Amino acid sequence: MGDTSRLCSVWLGSETGILKGVSLSRKQAFNFCNTSHLSRDQEVRALCWGDPAESELLVGSVDGTVKTFSTEKGSFTETRRCGDPADGCFTGLAVLRGSALVSCVECGTLRVWKEDSSEPVTELSAGKNVCRMRQSPVHPHKVATGGKENGLKIWDLESPEKPVFTAKNLRDDWLDLRRPHWVRDMAFIPGTDKVVTCTGYHQVHVFDPSSPQRRPVLEVEYGEYPLTALSLTASGDTVVVGNTHGQIALLDLRKGLVRGCLKGLVGGVRGLQCHPSQPVVASCGLDRFLRIHSLEDRKLQHKVYLKSRLNCLLFSSRDLEEPAGEGGAQEVKEEEEGDEVWDSMERVEEKPKRKTTEEEEELQKKKSKKKKKN
Amino acid sequence: MWSVEGGTEEFQPEQEEKMEKSEQAAAAFPPSFSVSEIKNKQRRHLMFMKFKQEKRKQKLQLKKKKKKEREALGDKAPPKEVPKTIENQRVYDETTVNPEDEEVAFDEGTDEFCSYFNGLTNPKVLITTSDRPRGRTVRFCEQLATVIPNAYVYYRRGLALKRVVPQCIARNFTYVMVVNEDRKVPNGLVLCHLPDGPTAHFKVSSVRLRKEMKRRGKEPTEHSPEVILNNFSTRLGHSIGRLFAALFPQDPQFVGRQVATFHNQRDFIFFRFHRYIFKNEKKVGIQELGPRFTLKLRSLQKGTFDSKFGEYEWVLKVSLSAVTVFFKMQEELCCLI
Repeated sequence: MGDTSRLCSVWLGSETGILKGVSLSRKQAFNFCNTSHLSRDQEVRALCWGDPAESELLVGSVDGTVKTFSTEKGSFTETRRCGDPADGCFTGLAVLRGSALVSCVECGTLRVWKEDSSEPVTELSAGKNVCRMRQSPVHPHKVATGGKENGLKIWDLESPEKPVFTAKNLRDDWLDLRRPHWVRDMAFIPGTDKVVTCTGYHQVHVFDPSSPQRRPVLEVEYGEYPLTALSLTASGDTVVVGNTHGQIALLDLRKGLVRGCLKGLVGGVRGLQCHPSQPVVASCGLDRFLRIHSLEDRKLQHKVYLKSRLNCLLFSSRDLEEPAGEGGAQEVKEEEEGDEVWDSMERVEEKPKRKTTEEEEELQKKKSKKKKKN
Repeated sequence: MWSVEGGTEEFQPEQEEKMEKSEQAAAAFPPSFSVSEIKNKQRRHLMFMKFKQEKRKQKLQLKKKKKKEREALGDKAPPKEVPKTIENQRVYDETTVNPEDEEVAFDEGTDEFCSYFNGLTNPKVLITTSDRPRGRTVRFCEQLATVIPNAYVYYRRGLALKRVVPQCIARNFTYVMVVNEDRKVPNGLVLCHLPDGPTAHFKVSSVRLRKEMKRRGKEPTEHSPEVILNNFSTRLGHSIGRLFAALFPQDPQFVGRQVATFHNQRDFIFFRFHRYIFKNEKKVGIQELGPRFTLKLRSLQKGTFDSKFGEYEWVLKVSLSAVTVFFKMQEELCCLI
């Protein structure tokens, strides 16, 4: 089990409660399940890395438990109770240094949990109807939350009484009516203090906490459907957004123009992530496929069918194509007991057929040599 | 050997024929010449006809040659090539459901239809139309109500669907069916499964009412029909198949000898309603009753009707190339009764 989990470069959580790992170099998908008995309670809502070395995954489920999955061992190591299912599903999970866990649920309660205690160390309320919570990669104690009629708020966990930054709603429109706003996803732009959010009213906003302006600095509109997922590229000036119709677009943040669209997804986008070093983006959604597109030419590189609707995904930082753990590959030949039913997956990819042309070249060379001899 | 008359490109057809025959194949015309460059329409037409006849002749000659070769070789002849058809060229759809797949079985066992398939709820269908329906649509709805047991037709008084849905849930309806009308003809169908179920939007075409059916039987009775679902074998097909199956009560009354068929072929779903009778053990006679129509899925949305903010599970995208995206729903036979 551990061998297969070490190979996986993309991790996804599904609605049936199964954690799926996909190894693109070996073109296989593996299912990792906590119990042999599946249930909808275990539906995975949030995924995050447990430590910077990426050896542990934290999986947040609908029933309020957070499970730790070890990629070395390939199994779930512990389970923690982090809140009631009555509060709502997890909308964000993050890890602070010192093995503290930050969790946020839909009713708005943000809690910081320590390793040993079952009571939260810090608790704050981020308003009602929170849709997403994200942690800043640069300052781990800063988190951003946003939701329906609940604007972007940036909290500093060391001083949890008041948010560091509260965003103001947009100006009233030309009829002097209040504009509705619904923040669905956000991301911290590396290098600066700015935060980019996407809304359910097909807008993308960039906020700058360091400027005195609490309204968005930049506003971009895309499409006619709610934007559900957002991800920043490694370079930080392009953002990838996906909406409920399966349309994924690359938007440029400097001017606010659409750079291009990624085709292929047919269902609502639930999870989007750009790879930290390579120019690829992975998308998953309600159509039960994992798709990997390259950012430069916007072509589909990999498409994997995973039989349940997918809720969230995570990239591991290493190279996608790298066949990591080759030594363990030979041992994988032994059958894993419950998992033989789950194996599948062919990857759909077009590889240039170099072999035939090489052969032809060789033949031509031989012919020319023979002619010269003759 | 070109005789150019007065520097123009015109020449007599007979002269040109002679030139064709006398010259080498390589230099029949100057390389950039094509039939379309002749300005005179009659001559151009004649040239084109000749060109086509030549082509046809060559094709026939080739065929004869091949046939002769084939006969000459006798047993050693290479096998006959199979012509390419759309059905041949279809790429195997990886989302086809394997009947033993546990994960899919679990997914289906706990999805929105599980209460129906576990026998806990009985279907109760509300049929309505878009606002101000015309005669054909009204009759279509009435006939649908005779086909689907426990169905009620209501006049849509311009009410918003989003407000209709919670009221239906309160009155224990399990389905809302909205027939959309355009220019006095039904052309769309929104099928919404009620407590929190998926909403499917179909395009309806070729509606034939009972009057227009040839050799039809008498009116359908109140017995629950059997349901046949053909070719719903991919994952999306399974969802749609279950959507249709949950319209009808779980136990069909075989006394009524009525059967409703949803046949999926190349992404079109054909609905037929028949009455059958077994003449002897091997022969069956069928009579078509009831309306017939064809459906094409346009989108499947998770949750009840919410076209603006709902999340879509599948959307028909017209821009993608037909060959690759064709046949999203079918593969082999998959019957469900």
